Amino acid sequence: MSAAAVHSLWTTAATAADPISKINAPKIEYAQLSPTLIVVGAAIVGVLVEAFVPRKSRYYAQVFVSLVALVAAFAAVVALASDGYGTTKAHIAAMGAIAVDGPALFLQGTILLAGLVGLFTFAERRLDPEAHGNRVDSFAAQAASVPGSDSEKAAVKAGFTTTEVFPLLLFAIAGMLVFPSANDLLTLFVALEVFSLPLYLMCALARRKRLMSQEAAVKYFLLGAFASAFTLFGIAMLYGYAGSVSYARIAQVVDGTVTNVDPALAGTMGNDALLLIGGAMILMGLLFKVGAVPFHMWTPDVYQGAPTPVTGFMAAATKVAAFGALLRLLYVVLPGMRWDWRPVMWAVAIVTMLGGAIVAITQTDIKRLLAYSSIAHAGFILAGVIATSKDGVSSVLFYLAAYSFVTIGAFAVVTLVRDAGGEATHLSKWAGLGRRSPLVAAVFAVFLLAFAGIPLTSGFAGKFAVFKAAAEGGAAPLVVIGVISSAIAAFFYIRVIVLMFFSEPRPEGPTVAVPSPLTMTAIGLGVVVTLVLGVAPQYFLDLASQASVFVR
Amino acid sequence: MENLIALLVAAPLLGAAVLLCGGRRLDAVGHWIGTLMSTASFVFGVILFADLLGKNAEHRTLIQHLWTWIPVESFQADVTFRLDQLSMTFVLLITGVGSLIHLYSVGYMEHDERRRRFFGYLNLFLAAMLLLVLADNYLLLYVGWEGVGLASYLLIGFWQHKPSAATAAKKAFLVNRVGDMGLSIAIMLMFATFGTFAFGPVLGHATDASEGKLTAIALMLLLAACGKSAQVPLQSWLGDAMEGPTPVSALIHAATMVTAGVYLIVRSGAIFNAAPDAQLVVTVVGAVTLLFGAIVGCAKDDIKKALAGSTMSQIGYMVLAAGLGPIGYVFAIMHLVTHGFFKAGLFLGAGSVMHGMNDEVDMRKYGGLRKYMPVTFITFGLGYLAIIGFPGLSGFFSKDKIIEAAFAKGGTEGWILGACALVGAAITAFYMTRVMLMTFFGEERWKNQPTRSPEAPSAEPAAEHQGEHAEPHPHESPKVMTIPMIVLAFGSVFAGFFFNLGDRFLHWLEPVTGHSEGDSPLSAATVTGATMVCLVIGVGIAYAMYGRRPVPSVAPRGSLLTRAARRDLLQDDFNHVVLVRGGEHLTRSLVYVDHTLVDGVVNGTAASVGGLSGRMRKLQNGFARSYAVSMFGGAAVLVAATLLMRAV
Repeated sequence: MSAAAVHSLWTTAATAADPISKINAPKIEYAQLSPTLIVVGAAIVGVLVEAFVPRKSRYYAQVFVSLVALVAAFAAVVALASDGYGTTKAHIAAMGAIAVDGPALFLQGTILLAGLVGLFTFAERRLDPEAHGNRVDSFAAQAASVPGSDSEKAAVKAGFTTTEVFPLLLFAIAGMLVFPSANDLLTLFVALEVFSLPLYLMCALARRKRLMSQEAAVKYFLLGAFASAFTLFGIAMLYGYAGSVSYARIAQVVDGTVTNVDPALAGTMGNDALLLIGGAMILMGLLFKVGAVPFHMWTPDVYQGAPTPVTGFMAAATKVAAFGALLRLLYVVLPGMRWDWRPVMWAVAIVTMLGGAIVAITQTDIKRLLAYSSIAHAGFILAGVIATSKDGVSSVLFYLAAYSFVTIGAFAVVTLVRDAGGEATHLSKWAGLGRRSPLVAAVFAVFLLAFAGIPLTSGFAGKFAVFKAAAEGGAAPLVVIGVISSAIAAFFYIRVIVLMFFSEPRPEGPTVAVPSPLTMTAIGLGVVVTLVLGVAPQYFLDLASQASVFVR
Repeated sequence: MENLIALLVAAPLLGAAVLLCGGRRLDAVGHWIGTLMSTASFVFGVILFADLLGKNAEHRTLIQHLWTWIPVESFQADVTFRLDQLSMTFVLLITGVGSLIHLYSVGYMEHDERRRRFFGYLNLFLAAMLLLVLADNYLLLYVGWEGVGLASYLLIGFWQHKPSAATAAKKAFLVNRVGDMGLSIAIMLMFATFGTFAFGPVLGHATDASEGKLTAIALMLLLAACGKSAQVPLQSWLGDAMEGPTPVSALIHAATMVTAGVYLIVRSGAIFNAAPDAQLVVTVVGAVTLLFGAIVGCAKDDIKKALAGSTMSQIGYMVLAAGLGPIGYVFAIMHLVTHGFFKAGLFLGAGSVMHGMNDEVDMRKYGGLRKYMPVTFITFGLGYLAIIGFPGLSGFFSKDKIIEAAFAKGGTEGWILGACALVGAAITAFYMTRVMLMTFFGEERWKNQPTRSPEAPSAEPAAEHQGEHAEPHPHESPKVMTIPMIVLAFGSVFAGFFFNLGDRFLHWLEPVTGHSEGDSPLSAATVTGATMVCLVIGVGIAYAMYGRRPVPSVAPRGSLLTRAARRDLLQDDFNHVVLVRGGEHLTRSLVYVDHTLVDGVVNGTAASVGGLSGRMRKLQNGFARSYAVSMFGGAAVLVAATLLMRAV
């Protein structure tokens, strides 16, 4: 390196000194980013509420702020979509950082609805018996207190509640809104962390079985950080490969259509090893978030340990956001190397479908069972992702929407079945539930049938769409394995139904708590959406189909 | 005029609907409604017949299209009726004999509290049978075919409180299913070959198809005919079907339904003409059955079962004639019609005898009845003379023509078939003389002994009310029963002569069936002479055995052949050993395979998946470090695989 060149590293020639005129003010399309901005703003308001609103009123203030924010954000998504931003006016906003297009808006709408339903379950305060005259929710009285300690008892006695979950929820949702619409790798990573960190925290906040909850949170955090490191490393490699973190730019380099090469990057640019390794590592980070085998091991532990409302929200919304990002990465950034990633994704989909279904068979805890079920479902959705077609995108969008409602509804039902120790999640306690609480058992049966993909439920319509797209995309063997996995999975879903309806109830069995209208709404919405999408899916399939074109 | 055709079917169908849905309030008049509907159908038939006679021979086909039934692309099924000379003949036979038997049943079923339902079923049968013979395509024919099967099932099992009747109905239904399967396969083959199943296109272009396909269709049609017409090998149900009330035996199991097979073969003549191999099979089936039925008829002591054997045998004649092709079609139908008269008359006579004898059916408990029931004796006697082919009566003309036609087939086949037909004529003379002698002549074996021996249970439940052990008091039947018998006796006597006068029946049917003379090695006179010799031999032997010697009232053990014939020549034993046992073995082995192999695979798979699940579950050990290793390994594999994909 010449002396002049070295010198130029820390000095600039005086002639160049006119920085104000050199920096272009970034152009931000606030209206098109409004869903995210509303949620972020509400989250900040929530933090202020924590700081300034008296403890007694905080719960109501938080629920109100969150509710208004989510509804407003959803209305903004609908307004953008009806304005044509999903189709004709789809474009890239915020200086290339955020894509506003069909898949982004569809997924944002799904995440907001899932968040809304999740909010209802978060706000539920009638399930646990009142502690010292104070209504309590599913969350620890004071997260910082050591489990079993005097300070915990004091917090409970004082009627503390962790109302911080609401801003945390909003932050998580904000990150999830950005995640599937991120149009460069850095935004992707920032969004990943923005929604992951609140989730880690929320996992640790269970009111009952706090040690288990904290253990789950630590595991989730450790493994999540591990996966994030891979992702970040992959991003670095892709930058090295393409000289840019922008999706469009990387795609151009992959396609070989880029013309102006930065001389500083000429040494690494176009190096396929970087592309392959970097791409695989980013994929790994996303597969971790969706819970695909072999990156799934956190799922059962975390699902079981986290407070059940958090589990339901996380299982639904995280999957939607992560699959959205995965779709965009594979369809926008890496379509040029699909011959490289498709076989690998095939293998991942196969082991995910089979692994999730097989291990679920021997589960004895309902939350772990649902965790493995969610792993199997991740495999089914991957089959749609692999289709690499417009139908593949729309089928995945539809599946995600259908799956979110079933999942949140199912976990909401889990919160109802309780005994002295809180939720009675051991399967043996569910025996004969159908005799004692036919309605709850029937609702749960509907969700299980939807998970199993029985016709007239949304699960069937979704699975059919995904498998159809996969078969048309040339992945017929994958479909065969998918159907076999579905058959295996049907076994344990039906087994729970048999257990509920055809086994003798235990004398010391759990009771079913009567929830407030909040949880009832969450469960009712789940049932309605499940049946409507199952009986008359065409409108929503068309909607997903309209929303299946990415902007590049 | 063709708009009347639908009314032929509609009248009895309406009657069936009214009677079966009307409930008990129609009990008092139900039988008259049924008879009226049947008669109305007959009147429509006569009007149409007069209309046809007024036209030239070429214009005697009326088509009535009602509606399109199944419109699916090229699969077009219409509800269309075709009334030509062949179906007209059947319409008159069915409605005419049917109306007489309706009338007879008014008296016969008088004491049955379910008489209204009985007439509903009879009307249902008439509607289905008319649909069968009037249909203009095979699919609609199939509807009628199944309809008569249903009516037959319902009527055989009419006295369903008797296990034997219920079993017989089930047996008839099951055996008929085998034949029905043949018909449905034949229709499928037709559709595959011709793209349609309407009579016009199929029969008009039959020769366009290859002979192999035509043979297959023809053999399937023959299978159907065997089931419905009780031909070997599907003959076993007819004897048991006598469990039904006697009018049913007369109408369905003698005069009309069992001849549907003959109708099917004659109607499909164009297909059979182009498939000589199938025709040969048809003649063989006919010849075997005519001997089979005759031999069975010789050994039966139950008067209805003896007549059932005879029916089988006479239909054997018809099938034989139908198998001869254009030489025999007309004579098959002619014998069918004359047989309809005299066999229905014989059955009604048998019913009349049973009516007067406390429903006793064992002929060994009859004897000398001519004094007690003269009308029955005379009408039965005329039917008897007709069936054995006594010169001048119906059976003489029609049967003689069939025997001639069999010889006219030519070659060795002609000789063999003709000989069979001749031997059959002798046996017919024998067994019918036997029935006649045992029933109306000889000593009065029913005196001083209770009727209804335990081995021969009565077919009629009315006897149970009259006391099981009362000595019977034979008496003539009421007029409502004897009038139909007299009318049918007229048919038995004169129909053959009338049909044969100037070959008018031949000229009537020829436009539909076609006709050829064949070349007989024997002159008509020689054949007639030989038939007469056979007749005399048969009657003589029967007289020697049953006329001159007293008839034991308990059946002697008999020769091996007699014992076999009593058991219907072991047909049920054969079916039991070959089909039932075979089927049982097959199902048992399939169940075994299902339990061991299929369930084994299924349970084994489930067990291995469960075991795999248990082992994989152990990987989930709860340590974050293990999970991290798994993720790291996964990431390494992912990267390596991606690189590898590029390398290969």
